[in-house]
Amino acid sequence: MTGTPLLQMRDGVKSFGAVQALAGASVSLHEGEILGLLGDNGAGKSTLIKCLSGVHSLDSGEILFRGAAVQIKSPIDARRLGIETVYQDLALFDNLPAAENFFAGRELCGPRWLSNLGWPRNRQMTAATKRMLADLRVNIKDFQTNLALMSGGQRQAIAVARAVAFASTVVILDEPTAALGLRESKNVTDLVRRLPDKGAAVILISHNLEEVMNICDRAVVLRHGRVVGEAVPTPDNHALLVSLIVGSLATGDSPQPRPVSGQPDSHQQPAAD
Amino acid sequence: MRVSRFTPLRANRDSRPGAAPAGLGPGVSPTATSVGADGTRRIRVLAGLLWVLQIGPALILIVLCLVVWSLKSTFISTANIQDVLIQSSVVAILAMGELVVIITGGIDLSVSATMALATVTGWSLFQTRLFQGGGYVVGSMIAVGLVVGLVNGLIYVKGRVPHPFIVTLATLSVASGLALTISKGQAESGMPSVVNTLGNGYVGVVPVPSIVLLVVAIAAWWVTRCTRWGRWIYATGGNGEAAKRVGIPVGKVLISVYAISGLAAGIAAVLTAGSIDGGSATLAEDPVTLLNAIAGVIIGGASFFGGRGNVWNAIIGALTIGVIENGLALQNVSPFAESIFVGATILVAVELDVLRSFVERRIRTLRANLAAA
Repeated sequence: MTGTPLLQMRDGVKSFGAVQALAGASVSLHEGEILGLLGDNGAGKSTLIKCLSGVHSLDSGEILFRGAAVQIKSPIDARRLGIETVYQDLALFDNLPAAENFFAGRELCGPRWLSNLGWPRNRQMTAATKRMLADLRVNIKDFQTNLALMSGGQRQAIAVARAVAFASTVVILDEPTAALGLRESKNVTDLVRRLPDKGAAVILISHNLEEVMNICDRAVVLRHGRVVGEAVPTPDNHALLVSLIVGSLATGDSPQPRPVSGQPDSHQQPAAD
Repeated sequence: MRVSRFTPLRANRDSRPGAAPAGLGPGVSPTATSVGADGTRRIRVLAGLLWVLQIGPALILIVLCLVVWSLKSTFISTANIQDVLIQSSVVAILAMGELVVIITGGIDLSVSATMALATVTGWSLFQTRLFQGGGYVVGSMIAVGLVVGLVNGLIYVKGRVPHPFIVTLATLSVASGLALTISKGQAESGMPSVVNTLGNGYVGVVPVPSIVLLVVAIAAWWVTRCTRWGRWIYATGGNGEAAKRVGIPVGKVLISVYAISGLAAGIAAVLTAGSIDGGSATLAEDPVTLLNAIAGVIIGGASFFGGRGNVWNAIIGALTIGVIENGLALQNVSPFAESIFVGATILVAVELDVLRSFVERRIRTLRANLAAA
């Protein structure tokens, strides 16, 4: 885990009115890494990833991509960098079938000179979707019906597969297995685990510590909008992670510097405040 | 084991007794198979019901036609069918515009007022020496519609108004006020012959308004079904937030649908101006045209919540209203009673839609149960 991080947030601050969701968060993601993002409700996890995926923009702080500062002002900017996101609410279109969901916002259309009035190449898109879903071992048979008729697991699998299929550098997953049955969530975790082989790094938000221990190479814990610690998620570090999440190790805002590896700054800063 | 003891969050799902072996292997227990077979059968039945519900609008229209025909055989005659088509054309064209707005989850209340303003504008232009040519008059009416629609869309999107109901209610008022001011409250007669032909003429036995409707409908179908923009209209209506996140220019899409609705109102204005041979501000004060256009879209199975609806069903909806009106007239029922029947049809259509979404939910649950079994 040395060298320039693939994607990095430095001192990210984001407020919504009086609420400071991110209070100087610094996180870095390396090539080929699966990073777990932990934290209690309201710790700022979702805000952090929404800043990385272009849904929100940071009030201050910066985002670096392969060491260079980048502006991610919209989801399209993030997509250009090869960053795809699976949101907690899935961001699917229940009124459209799978292929149209897959290609929403990036429909294959032609001819080029017609621009947005060009016709969608439905057969091509459906074929591509079938291929991608098969690659990812997602079992969807019906490509005609709308997502409204599909089960929760199928919908979630489509949301994850959509992000995975189009991501070239980073996949961000916000609780991808919440609301899934056991077998379905196993499919999703398998899928996530294979991502580094495809050349994409992963940021995974999860409340499920077991899942994080199963798939993640490293876990970062957020609390009150700051990174309060990180650890390699092993059973030995389980208690440590839990206490970081709930804050019982910390006195006030300053956690003990013990679990730090590689990012000492984020721990000393809160103490200095 | 040690691990799960320390997991304070969401541990219960994974430690559910008996769930783990089923989830890990492909083995299916005998009970699961019977649940599966039963489930698949029920899904098939429900899917069939769903199909019937989806072609529901056409069924309603066919049944209605048969009923009217059986009561009065003159219903199926060239003259009467022409009547129905002419009566329905304006409403159907307005419904085309209303449909794209409703697909995005919006509503356009201003269409009949826009229509009134456009006819009055066309009439005033016809009074001038310079611009009384048919092209100017037709062009001005369509342009007025387009402008009002654009204003609706721009105010709604750029002004961040919470709901289009408010914006279009305001433009309804403004447009009808402008129409009344220009015409001084009077129905003014006189239109170029082109306009009269468009509103009243025939090509062979086919009324010109129906041809105009067909052209508008094909255009609407092409935009909604055969373009990327159309796909974005459906996506915006299905899930606006998700549309933003996948990079669809939601603001522009919304502005465009109100512009399309305005354009449709402008075209409808040309036909109306032709058939009444003049401009009339009082069109704005007649709520029936507007409500029939909306009712047509809803009878055609579009959802008020957005994301669903199609051009041909909306036309079927508008024709349904036309047939109701015509049937009642043939039976010498007072035109005052007509709205009772239109209202009842709307309720039937909406209840069918409620049933449809119930069936969809059932199918989804059954599939989820199947997947879990």
